[in-house]
Amino acid sequence: MAMKRIGVFICHCGRNIAGTVDVKKVAEEIGKREDVALATTYIFMCSEPGQKLIEESVKKYNLDGVVVANCSPTLHEKTMRNAAARGGLNPYRVEIANIREWAAWPHEDNPEAATRKAIRIINATIEKLKANASLEPIEVPVVRRALVIGGGVAGIQAALDLADAGIETILVEREPSIGGNMFRLSETFPTLDCPQCILTPKMNDVAQHPNIKLYTYSEVESVEGFMGNFKVKIRKKATYVDWDKCTGCGECLRVCPINVDSEFDLRMAKRKAIYIANEQAVPLKALIDENTCIRLQFEKKVKEGKIKPKKNVKICSKCADVCEPNAIHFQNNEEIVEEEVGSIIVATGFEVMPAEAFPELGGKYPDVLNSLQFERLLAPSGPTAGIPRRPSDGKVPESIAFVHCVGSRDPQSGVPYCSRICCMYTIKQAMLVKHALPSTAVYDFYIDIRSNGKGYEEFYHRAKEEYGVNFIRGKVSKIYKVGDKYRVQGVDTLTGRIVEVDVDMVILATAAKGSEGVKDLAKKLRIPYDEWGWLKETHLKLKPLETPVGGVFIAGAAQFVKDITDSVSQGSGAAAKAMALLSKPQLEKEPLLAKVDPEICAGCGRCKDQCAYGAISIDPVRHVAVVNEALCEGCGACSANCPTTAIQVVNFKKGQIIRAVDVLAEVF
Amino acid sequence: MSEEKFDPVIVGFFCNWCTSAAADLAGTARLHYPPNIRPIRVMCSSTVDPVYLIRALQEGADATILGGCHPGDCHYITGNYKARRRVAIVKTVLKSLGFDDTRVLLEWISGSEGPKFARVMNEYTSYIKERGPCDFKYIDSLGGD
Repeated sequence: MAMKRIGVFICHCGRNIAGTVDVKKVAEEIGKREDVALATTYIFMCSEPGQKLIEESVKKYNLDGVVVANCSPTLHEKTMRNAAARGGLNPYRVEIANIREWAAWPHEDNPEAATRKAIRIINATIEKLKANASLEPIEVPVVRRALVIGGGVAGIQAALDLADAGIETILVEREPSIGGNMFRLSETFPTLDCPQCILTPKMNDVAQHPNIKLYTYSEVESVEGFMGNFKVKIRKKATYVDWDKCTGCGECLRVCPINVDSEFDLRMAKRKAIYIANEQAVPLKALIDENTCIRLQFEKKVKEGKIKPKKNVKICSKCADVCEPNAIHFQNNEEIVEEEVGSIIVATGFEVMPAEAFPELGGKYPDVLNSLQFERLLAPSGPTAGIPRRPSDGKVPESIAFVHCVGSRDPQSGVPYCSRICCMYTIKQAMLVKHALPSTAVYDFYIDIRSNGKGYEEFYHRAKEEYGVNFIRGKVSKIYKVGDKYRVQGVDTLTGRIVEVDVDMVILATAAKGSEGVKDLAKKLRIPYDEWGWLKETHLKLKPLETPVGGVFIAGAAQFVKDITDSVSQGSGAAAKAMALLSKPQLEKEPLLAKVDPEICAGCGRCKDQCAYGAISIDPVRHVAVVNEALCEGCGACSANCPTTAIQVVNFKKGQIIRAVDVLAEVF
Repeated sequence: MSEEKFDPVIVGFFCNWCTSAAADLAGTARLHYPPNIRPIRVMCSSTVDPVYLIRALQEGADATILGGCHPGDCHYITGNYKARRRVAIVKTVLKSLGFDDTRVLLEWISGSEGPKFARVMNEYTSYIKERGPCDFKYIDSLGGD
């Protein structure tokens, strides 16, 4: 039954709408409709009196439908549905006409057209609403477990908070150890804490917490399901070592004859083909790199038929020979495990651009490093024990230049944004060089110093005044080799002079981007991201941890580059969001799902072919399509392919849309 | 048509997750585009039945635009690919009947692309203005009513 007593509530939104749209005229026009019992305006519909107005009007006029003409439904659809429901109306009989973002604001230069457009949007919304059915939300059970993807400091914090709240938490990390980028750092700004010292207690808590299940060297393979009921497949990559037996003693590392670049040390040091991620790794377990181990390579080639082994040939098994607990088995132990969780937190962090991406700034030379590589050379636990040395010849540098904004604020060769942390860590690195090598000259080329945090500006002044770092305001245009040195050519914009310094090492503060592979993960989770690999939040200001996918939250530098303080805060914040969700016994799912009319369904199965969720099956007895409500997401792809209109999305029926289209298409 | 300046009617079908969000963003940033765009929010570009597009043209629209998520980014996994196929078919049918197939436009505009939304609306409106009214809607009048 089409609605006959519709209430239309037009919001002024202060002057946001009423400043452009003639709301009085809109109410007058809409009030002329026969099916509209009430058309009224109010200054702020979302305010308490505004909501009260809707609630009271539903009762007073016995409304059978409500249109609220205000802002985007992402903001106040729920508010308005609840207000009408308090008055006794089914909340699914409420529709939002977005006349702020879609009429008042983009057409503020043309009030008359904006007013006409607002009237049209409202009329179309009424036509769509008229056939809305009363619905009840579908109740679904909640799996009281959480998944955290990424074992950096944000992910660690999120997992610990969840686990402390009594929620069983799964932490997945793709590297062999948790710790993330923070664990690579030398010291932290502005406190000069040792990151290893402050992070290891948390890492150990993760490993030992009875509520945390840790999967390192593992990746998320696929994600299915919905808020409260996700099914996640996790791929545990092959380690060729039995981690239940491995004690992390490191005997195997000593005997392995193969040396390759260490991932943890970002090529600043070597590791063996069998390796432990770093000395303080959690878990402290050895694994074999199948791409460099000569035994595994040999076995692979034999298997592929590329080599025919001679009889009694002895292949390297030095690591296994010295392994007392007999943990090394050389067997491919890759495994897919399935976990069910109610909520997912994505904390995949960031990466910095490689120095090689900037050949004009000398990125091709061995002594021109990016900042994260230099962190390893400054770290007391790093390959040079905290005394920076040139990778090319091991010489202690007598002079170092730092270059800010390499690729940042530079849409041509990098990214348009400020990478946010570079100023502070570069200042810190300059300071640490002076700590380790007081006589080394330090030049710091910057455009602006952005020190906007607690204690940050003071830290910058300390570097300038106490440590004598030479700050030069200006961009560097070119870095090239002159004999044994690197010539840094730039300009000092404060004096207007060209600057040239010859230094032993150059550190490029390269731009930060979302972690490698994050886009693939985002696709699996169906959450949005931008071209630089940053995950997109629901609302930058007010919903920075949420994503459009219910139950999936983001934390830390996965959303945008952050320092440790902010990452930890966001880890806790996302955990709180997940806890709120998981504390409910049941979740409500929107009932706006596909529904089949068995009277006209021919059972052709075209809808089934369209469904990306496998939610539709053909009943073999009645030969009609059947929708599984737990799987259906309500996209409506099925309905567009149905030749008989038998399958339709509730409250998005074709007749409703066509009526709305008729209003929209009408010539003035 | 009268001698007045041609003011086209363009019906926009915008998916809930990407292009509607982009339209919100364009509005919030006060990016201006012509009011000729008359929007309707749909859950997914894949739910837009070809009938909706034809109906809009029949009922008076000079053009229709369908906005969805970028390929690979569909909130419903593969909905935008289905929309792409449907639009291709609509265009083929229009063309083979002798109508102008540029009256149906499919664009990928993600939730973070407010400026792109405004740009596409500006460009398409200018294009349709140049192109003139759609003759599709006058079919009815050919029957002589």
